[in-house]
Parts: sequence; C-alpha cells; structure tokens
Amino acid sequence: MRNRKTNATAMMLAFALATAMPAIASAETVLRIGMTAADIPRTLGQPDQGFEGNRFTGLTMYDALTMWDLSSADKASAMIPGLATEWKVDDADKTKWVFKLRSGVTFHDGSPFNADAVVWNVEKVLKQDAPQFDPSQVGVTASRMPTLVSARKIDDMTVELTTKEPDSFLPINLTNLFMASPAKWQQFYDKAEGADAKAKSQAAWAAFAKDASGTGPWKMSSFTPRERLELVKNDKYWDKARVPKTDKMVLLPMPEANARTAALLSGQVNWVEAPAPDALPEIKQRGFVLYSNEEPHVWPWQFSRVEGSPWNDIRVRKAANLCIDREGLRDGLLAGLMVPATGTFEPGHPWRGSPTFQIKYDKPAAQKLMQEAGFGPSKKLMVKIQTSASGSGQMLPLPMNEYLQQALAECYFDVQLDVIEWNTLFTNWRRGAKDPTANGSNAINVTYAAMDPFFALVRFLQSGMAPPVSNNWGFNNNPKFDELVKKARQTFEPAARDAALAELHAASVDDAAFLYVAHDVAPRAMSPKIKGFVQPKSWFVDFSPVTVAP
Amino acid sequence: MFAYTARRIVYVIPIVLSVALVCFLLVHITPGDPLVAVLPADASQELAAQLRTAYGFDRPLPVQFGLWLWRALHGDLGSSIATGRPVLSEVMRAVGNTVMLAVAAAMIGFTLGLLFGLIAGYFRDTWVDKVATSVAIAGVSLPHYWLGMVLVIIFSVQLNWLPAVGAGPGGSGAWAWDWEHLRYLVLPAITTSVIPMGIVTRTVRALTGDILSQDFVEALRAKGLRETEVFRHVVKNAAPTALAVMGLQLGYMLGGSILIETVFSWPGSGLLLNSAIFQRDLPLLQGTILVLALFFVLLNLLVDIAQAAIDPRIKRS
Repeated sequence: MRNRKTNATAMMLAFALATAMPAIASAETVLRIGMTAADIPRTLGQPDQGFEGNRFTGLTMYDALTMWDLSSADKASAMIPGLATEWKVDDADKTKWVFKLRSGVTFHDGSPFNADAVVWNVEKVLKQDAPQFDPSQVGVTASRMPTLVSARKIDDMTVELTTKEPDSFLPINLTNLFMASPAKWQQFYDKAEGADAKAKSQAAWAAFAKDASGTGPWKMSSFTPRERLELVKNDKYWDKARVPKTDKMVLLPMPEANARTAALLSGQVNWVEAPAPDALPEIKQRGFVLYSNEEPHVWPWQFSRVEGSPWNDIRVRKAANLCIDREGLRDGLLAGLMVPATGTFEPGHPWRGSPTFQIKYDKPAAQKLMQEAGFGPSKKLMVKIQTSASGSGQMLPLPMNEYLQQALAECYFDVQLDVIEWNTLFTNWRRGAKDPTANGSNAINVTYAAMDPFFALVRFLQSGMAPPVSNNWGFNNNPKFDELVKKARQTFEPAARDAALAELHAASVDDAAFLYVAHDVAPRAMSPKIKGFVQPKSWFVDFSPVTVAP
Repeated sequence: MFAYTARRIVYVIPIVLSVALVCFLLVHITPGDPLVAVLPADASQELAAQLRTAYGFDRPLPVQFGLWLWRALHGDLGSSIATGRPVLSEVMRAVGNTVMLAVAAAMIGFTLGLLFGLIAGYFRDTWVDKVATSVAIAGVSLPHYWLGMVLVIIFSVQLNWLPAVGAGPGGSGAWAWDWEHLRYLVLPAITTSVIPMGIVTRTVRALTGDILSQDFVEALRAKGLRETEVFRHVVKNAAPTALAVMGLQLGYMLGGSILIETVFSWPGSGLLLNSAIFQRDLPLLQGTILVLALFFVLLNLLVDIAQAAIDPRIKRS
C-alpha cells in the first residue's frame, strides 16, 4: 500500500516537473528600471531630459550613424561605427563628408534603412520647410551638432553631409542624431487630421511617439505617458552580438530617490538609478549590488574673466584649485560617490594630454600663491559664486559649495554664495557674467557633460563662444585656446585630432580655467539576479548583455 | 433655490477669469527662459529665436494671453513643450488618477473624522475625547510625506505586504478594480487621508460640543426625546458646517499633493505639476493650474448649493 502511494506521488511529481519545465525554460525575463526622470523621456527619436533621455529612449530603440563603445568599464568610451560603416572628409572641400551606410539594416516596422532615411532624419531638425520638420526636436539635436547644415543622397547606401565650416568633430556629434523610420512616420502623416501640413506633421509625430520605430536593439511594445515604457528585444537587430539577452525592459519614472530605493528593496524593480545615498549601507547589506564609474561629467566653478574679476590672476585660480581636499569631500560628504577632478578629463582619457599644473590638495602652496597675489589672513579675497539648491547633474550643490567655502577660507578666500533656482541658473549661464542676472557673481557653478569636444571644451574656452552665442559664461578670451580649438577642428585624422584635443585640454588645466572639483560616478543599484552588466565610463550603458536570473 | 443657484453660478464667471489671468501671468513673471525644456543652454542664438517664434513666445504678453484664453475656451490648452502631447489629455489623465486617490482618501479620512469628531464631542472632556483629539492633532501635525515614507518602509520594504510606488502592475492605463490593483492605492490613500481626518475630527468635535450646549437640546431632552433622537438633531445641525469643511478638504485633495504623489510615484496632478515645474513646461503648468483651480471653484459651488439645500437659512440670507 505504502509503495503504491509512493509511486503515485513520484509519478505526480514527475508529471508536475515535466509540465513545468517548458514553462520555466520559456519564462519571460524582465528588467524593471526605476529612472530618476519624472517622465518617460521623449520616444520619437530625439529624447529630451539630457543624456538620461538618450540612455533610455535614444540608444535603446534607435541607432545613430556613429555610436559609443560601451563594452569596457576600464577604458574611456570611444566612438565606433554605427549605422555608418565608414566616413571620410572631402580632400578638396573640408566641409563635405561622405558616409557609407550599413547594408541590410531594417527599421522595426520592416522598412529599409538607407540614404533617404538619413537625409529625412537630418531634415527633420534642420530643414524648416520639410514636412517632417519638428521644432520640438530641434533644440535637443541641433545644438549637439552645431555645424551640420544639410544632407544629400549620393546613392542608396551613401550620403554626403555638409558643415558650415570645416569640423572634425562631426562624426562624434552625429552620435546624437538618431534614425527614426520615415516609412512609419509617413503612415501616421497620411492618416493624420489637421488644418494644415504643420498640424498634420505635429499629429504624426505625436502618433509616432506612441508607436515608435527605429533600428535599435529594443522595440517599443507599450507606452503609458508619464508612467511606463515597455520595450521588447529586437531579435532581428543588425549587430547579432548586441541582441538583448533579456526579453523585456520596463522603464518607470521615479524622481524621488527614497521612492526608487524603496521600490528596489521591496522587489518592485530590479534596477534603480541613483539610489538614496543614505540607504547605500542597507542596499549592500540586503545583497543588492552597487555599480559606479567615473562619468564624463564635471562639477566645477566656471570663472568670470571680465575686467576686474579676481580670477583674472592665474595665481588666484591655481590657489583655489590647490586648496580643495577633494579626497576628503569624496570620503566624507559624498560617501565615496565622486571622483576627484584634476581637469575635464582624467589620466587614461585620449583627450587628457600632459598638463604641467598638477591639481591636488596642497594648502601651503595655495596659501603661498595667495600671499604672492597680495592676500592673507588679514586681507581676504571676496568671491561670489552663483549656484542652485538642486538640479540635474548638480549632485549636492549646497553642501558641496559650503564645503568649498570652508576649505577656501583657509586660503584667504571669503566665499559668498548666491543661491537661485536651477532653471534660472541654467538660463543665466547663457547670459554670461556681464549680464545683470549674474548679480555680481564672479563664478558660476553649473555642471557639464564632457562626452564630446564641443560640449567638454570648445563652448567654454573659445572666445567666440561668449554669450549670447554659447556657454563661455566668463568671457574667456585666450588666443592660445582659440588657436588650439581651430587646430583640433581642422585636424581630420582621428589620432591627430585626439592629440590636438589633448593639447587644448592640457592648456586649459595649465591655465586653471576652472575650479575643477568632482566627476559624478552615476551610481546605480541592482538585484543580485542581474548579471552581465558593465558600467562604462560614460553617460550611457548597454542593456543588451544584461541577463535577469528567474 | 433656483435664483440662489443662478446667482452663485454668475459669481463663478469673474472668479474663473481672474484665476485664468493669474495662472497665465504667474508662470510668465518667474525668471528663466520658458523654452528651457527644449532648448539646451548651449543652443545658438538663431536657434533660440527660431524656437521662440515657433512656440509664439515672441508675441506680446496680452496677445499670448488672449490666444491662450480663446483656445482654452474651446477646450484646447495647447501642447506640452517638453513632450509635444496635448495638455488637456495629459491633465485629464492625471486628474482622473488624483480623483481616484482623493475619493479613496476622503472615504477613509471623512469616515474616521466624523466618527472621532462625534464621539469626542459627545463625550467631551472624557478619556475618549482625549484619545480622539490626540489622533486628530497627530493627523494634522505629522508631515504627510514623512508618514508616507514611514509607511513604505514598514509595509513595503520590511513586511513586503504592499507595493511602494506606482498605480497598478501595468500602470494606471491598465487599472482594474481588483485587489491586485487596489493594493497600490492603500498606502497613498491612507497617507492622504490623515490631514483631512484630523481637520474633520476637530471641526465636528467643536460643532458637536457647541450644539450640545445649546438650549434647544435641553428642550428636546425635556420633551422626552430619546438620546438617539437628540443625537440625530445634533448631527443635522452640525452637517452644513461639516459639509463645507469636507468640501474644502476634498478640493485640496483633488488639487493633488505634489509631495505624496512624488513619494509614491502616483501619476496624478501633483506629480504632473512637479514634472511641469522642474521641466519649466509653461503650457502644461498653466493648463494644470487652470484645470485644478476650476475644479476647486466648481466644488465650492456644489458645496454652497448643497449647504443651501440642507439649511434653508443660507439661501434666504
């Protein structure tokens, strides 16, 4: 009797296992990510919300002609071919570039990627009378490729891009122009209702955003504005090595750090960006894994160089750079979540160069420089810094500025802080140190991304980039910088161009052009079930190799 | 009653116009560029001018207000600068989620508030009163976002009983009235209900105590009415004021709590406002404020009419 019972139990178990096994084998793997954004970044090809937007709704669903290599945690992220396999500047006319396109690539809707698609995507942001021209995509795109003016089809798989001046940075800047499907957009346009072509175009883009089509490794499967975006893997992705290893990715906006952390700890998501710093010990203690790496981001003070500015004396600029204990800031206030900045780029980066001025903590040297400049314990130098209480990329602006205030007091600086709202600070950044909005400040604290040469160096150092043109807030006017910018822009061989950029960067460090303080490290916490993730030295990550254990 | 209602509706028109003007101007007088959501700081001057024209921000303010009001009267609140989506649909979706949260919170807060208030008022200066009053004071005094975080830590992180954030496993778009979805509502609703519960408790307690000390209550008792009958008269006399307070509280809750909705990532009007403020999305900000203000005005109108229906003295005055 007992034997019969045991046999029956064994048979039932075997049956249960046999029926469950296929289900286990085919169980859908889902990556659920809590983003810091308050809304899903735009999904129509050119995301908003800065590089977090590009990270989640740009590089996932779309590709650009050139891309970033995100496979290494050790090396600086380098530019690699994307939808273009090769490119070359015209020998006779350096404003013309020829790009050869990758063959066999299709959009998620099945339409082919070709030269027409490239021209269409360039014109969506640059040609005002094109049906697909969309002002809402212009701002976030055109400023990131400031010299591109037009595109022309040579043949099905070749395009010619024209810049307004010779510009060797163009291939790097093109990482920001994502290829959306013209065929899919046209379907929406044909069905759209609207009083005129402009209204129809707007309606078509609105429809496209809800049912997007790119060539990227992830495809849109469902979208609830402001709540969630679901992406599924693109089995037909052209780069077989980057076909996602997870079936689905769910992106959830969670602007509040504690809410993100709670969602992770309670198992609602298995990945959060920027967890609450106070919760890091608990996150680790519960077995979650923390990732961070140096990001191309700089937390600086940008000096005013207008007449009468105390920062016009290089001894003062150098003294400030030598008076900050960055390691103390990292290990104390920021709980390890920063990399001390000794320039815009750190050693190992191809654009670092060999500056002779070594940025480090050397208080006696700083005090000596200040004394040589005419200041001392009884004669302090008053400086005023405009900053914000919060803001994207600003890390902990107030406590960090108060740390600097205390540190610099020991080197005879009297630091006054002018704290304003983040968007206002961001607007003032464009208006410059001479504008009344500077409110008498002689430095401004706005963090910047350093992914490409224009964003990292040119817009701050070239004299022609002074307001209202771009972000040379302090009216930096150094002929050496101008000459080196020109040299880098007109050097088209990649290694030589990198060398020219390194020379420019070294010159800016030697000039102590900024008070360099910190690089952010993009902390993220994940469930231990997530494997295969590599956090590169970039604002972006590759979700393709990530697996989620059941 | 008809004349009273008509008069109240006519009063609403200048209020609505003033609200529209104020919310239009408020977002324009704040410093900063209205195009910051779509215009990076490194954008060229030409690009900035081009976009300013495309979005109509180059026109004089009165013209912008006139156009905005005209379109608003036709149900068009424009498009969000940041997302390009129509503002009205964004606001209505968010308001729908906030209404759901507010109604759930009102059910909890008003029920408990009425209960505690009546008990405390009826048993004034006893230990029952002291307990109920303490609960009410705690409700009014505790910062609700702090309470929300504490509830999340206890019930989501430690006990894993309820979800910490969101509006359902598939978002609010896939909402269903089952436990799988309702469990997402529990913590934000309790958190939202705490302040109205405290305020209603204190109001009803004071009203009940006051009414019980009036002569007509003594007269009712002298006539030999049972205590339950007397209590019914007390409730009826307290109702108009309690209703007005609850109406105001419901109005506040319908306005959405930026803090609570952010703590719970609840996709309501508070979270929408938060997002619009931080992205400096002017059309979205103006549209959201206008719709919420209209809700508040409408709710006050309904409460006034309901009060007049309950208490005839109001419409006669």
